Amino acid sequence: MNLNQLQPPTAPHSLSANSVSRIMLTVLATLVPATTFGFWLYGWPALFLWIITVLAALLGEAACLKLAGNNALPTLSDGSALVTGWLLALSLPPWAPWWIGAVGGLFATMLAKQVFGGLGYNLFNPAMVARVFLLISFPVQMTVWIAPMPITSAAAPGFHDGLLIFLGNIPKPDAIASASLLGFAKTELSRGTDLLHSLVGSAYGISLAGARAGSLGETASLLIAAGGLVLLTLRIIAWHIPVSMIAGIAIPALVANAIDPARYLDVTSHLLSGGAMLGAFYIATDYVTSPNSKAGQLVFGFGCGFLTYVIRTWGGYPEGVAFAVLVLNACTPVIDRYLKPRILGRNWRGAPLDPAVERAKS
Amino acid sequence: MAQTGERDQPGFRLKDNAMGLIEKLLHNLKAPRWGVHPDDHKRPAADAPLRTLPLPSRLYVPLLQHVGQPARPVVLVGQEVRKGQLIAEPQGRISAPVHAPTSGRIAAIGEITAPHPSGLPFEAITIETDGHDRAVEVDVPADPFTLAPAEVTALISAAGVVGLGGATFPSSVKLALGKRSEITTLIVNGGECEPYLSCDDRVMRDRAADVIDGVRLMLHCTGAREALVGIEDNKPEAIAAMRRAAARFPEIKVRPVPARYPMGSDRQLIETLTGKEVPSDCRAADVGVIVNNVSTANAVHRAVRRGEPLIERIVTINGGAVWQPGNILAPIGTLAADLLAFAGLKSEPARLVMGGPMMGAVLPHARVPIVKGSAGILAFNEDEVAIPEAGPCIRCGNCVQACPIGLLPLEMAANVRAGDLQAAASLGLSDCISCGCCAYICPSHIPLVQYFSHAKGELWAQERDKLRMEATRKLAAERAVRLEREAAEKSEAAARRKAERDAAKRAEAAAMAAAENAVTEAAE
Ligand code: SF4
Ligand code: SF4
Repeated sequence: MNLNQLQPPTAPHSLSANSVSRIMLTVLATLVPATTFGFWLYGWPALFLWIITVLAALLGEAACLKLAGNNALPTLSDGSALVTGWLLALSLPPWAPWWIGAVGGLFATMLAKQVFGGLGYNLFNPAMVARVFLLISFPVQMTVWIAPMPITSAAAPGFHDGLLIFLGNIPKPDAIASASLLGFAKTELSRGTDLLHSLVGSAYGISLAGARAGSLGETASLLIAAGGLVLLTLRIIAWHIPVSMIAGIAIPALVANAIDPARYLDVTSHLLSGGAMLGAFYIATDYVTSPNSKAGQLVFGFGCGFLTYVIRTWGGYPEGVAFAVLVLNACTPVIDRYLKPRILGRNWRGAPLDPAVERAKS
Repeated sequence: MAQTGERDQPGFRLKDNAMGLIEKLLHNLKAPRWGVHPDDHKRPAADAPLRTLPLPSRLYVPLLQHVGQPARPVVLVGQEVRKGQLIAEPQGRISAPVHAPTSGRIAAIGEITAPHPSGLPFEAITIETDGHDRAVEVDVPADPFTLAPAEVTALISAAGVVGLGGATFPSSVKLALGKRSEITTLIVNGGECEPYLSCDDRVMRDRAADVIDGVRLMLHCTGAREALVGIEDNKPEAIAAMRRAAARFPEIKVRPVPARYPMGSDRQLIETLTGKEVPSDCRAADVGVIVNNVSTANAVHRAVRRGEPLIERIVTINGGAVWQPGNILAPIGTLAADLLAFAGLKSEPARLVMGGPMMGAVLPHARVPIVKGSAGILAFNEDEVAIPEAGPCIRCGNCVQACPIGLLPLEMAANVRAGDLQAAASLGLSDCISCGCCAYICPSHIPLVQYFSHAKGELWAQERDKLRMEATRKLAAERAVRLEREAAEKSEAAARRKAERDAAKRAEAAAMAAAENAVTEAAE
């Protein structure tokens, strides 16, 4: 049924100036500072990887639309594929070889989005599906992190070397290979070294400045969070998911760390590591795959955070944001079914209110 | 609130401050989260002084300008009428009379185009005006407050006053209802939350004293203790004027409310002003409240104090295609074309709307008369009506956030699109007030309200069909029972007749036998 062409047109006759592409472009604009900071820290290879991931995501979307016999341009210009590719790029190891970005980008828009029917119909967050797929298929490439070294420093690869690293032609110098904080903590714990000893004197403490190994989005957590706050003030995202997701990570982290600081990482490390901030502000808040009522969003966000903590602490992988978000994505339809907003003049169960009670109010 | 004496003690002051803070917080939490904040486009039209339309040469006065049954003409073609003379009387319990807006000759009684998107013809009385504007003589009560409430209500009823906020429910019926259901609060709606419109604003600025008098009369009719006048805070001039006019009457309180669409919707305004939520299957009167518009209050004042029926109104002429937007006082039955010609057009309008941009109806053309409920005629230019093509729903939840009723527009629309109207109904479709917030805010420009109107229409038709089918089934069942009964009766009668015949036969045989016996006996 296409009511769009119905004549005569009906009210409302004015529309807000809002549009999907405007929303998407704003989201991208808030990612620019974190991304540029990442380029500065990780140099040319990171820039190349970002470019290829975004291009692959766009190409995947365009190819699917073409195959379906549609004009690709209007859909591409809504900006959603760009956002998907960009977010995926932010969650990859910055020096990963080119094909990681290419495969991931194509996978995200083709198999995780268009196969479901395109924007609005996918059950899972495309960027996270692609990331998990890459992690499971290519565990080695996906867990090699490097210590940040500003592009201006002597050790940083130049354009040419950067290109070679990107193409996977020269092995990364061992000296700069590193581990992310969460990965490091997990390995040390499994070796029997407790955190009080393993973290002492290591560079992990100075994470705030961004000088910590990780993906672009991890290293620049604070800039990501700042971008998220901008989205909140612009009302592009609501506070419910970010706040509840942060609470979902912070509350168990506080409790566990208070009980046994030798075994459990502190709150700040949890919140500023891995995909916590990127997840809370950009991934879990994905419109399509999160619940639509406020109550549902609180449950969803808390679930994402809590599950992230559980996977990080007791699971097989050091990082759990992607898994947690996907699990909660799967729960979204159920959450939506049970947590609906209350209808004016009705109680939560949908029965009309009692007029006598309302009459007595004043 | 603590008493003054207590407040002077430091302990109480602390507690009081804390309470104040909590109250403020609660107030913030309670501040409306629903609705949208469209550009109001009210000025400069709202600030332009009220103009009076020169009398048009013809007026087309519709017979149905209210909710309920159409009025029945009581004049004949060719008859001379005077201003304010009854030309059609109400029929049925919910109806309103119609009066001649000026003096002249009845030129026709018949079909013209309805001010409705369907453009279907409907009945109206056409008056050729004579330009003299001669009015009928009327008596007015010296002091209406000495009259019984029912008598005042009767005056309002006879004047054909209907709700001018858009619902056009006959006011006297509403006021009488108020009397029956123990109304405590009269809410006077000066919200005027629709963008572009400013006729209520103008009425409050220019006729505040009349409006307040109308409010007092309505208080008298309903027996309500207090009146709360809710005015959106984007109309400071109106608030000031109304405050001045209401100063002498402590029972009337002017209350600014946040400018937010749809604040002027009854349920929203009631909740904002009184904290009461009207239960979904109830009327406002069931919680002790009735709502009347400020222009209605003005009409009540004129009806009771001057004996003037509702024959003219202030109409906002606005929109990008209008040369001199503003408010115009015009007789009911004036063609939109006359009003637009008076205000002047900058360009050919791309769309004509009667009412506001959020809920108004498209006019098929400008040869449509204004009715009692016409708050505005909007002539939009191309830019204003450019509606981008609808995209897919990205589940952004903007519509959920904006819906003042707490519905899930995206889910309802998805159900309607899939043809599952029952699922849409179970999500609360019948609670939807068609305010348009969801469609206004949707970044994918999905015509949500169109889906809902379509579904409501279908469901209504289904319901009607169901009732009809049930009635048919009942009739069929009754017929079957009747046929059965008749058949039973018939066979019973046949059996009875047969039995009678048999009995008669037997009796005959017995008699014959007896006779034979007798004969034989006699022979022996
Ligand atoms: S506002 Fe539009 S796009 Fe957003 S959830 Fe509602 S229907 Fe979907
Ligand atoms: S039109 Fe209906 S569904 Fe949409 S916002 Fe208004 S009440 Fe809610």
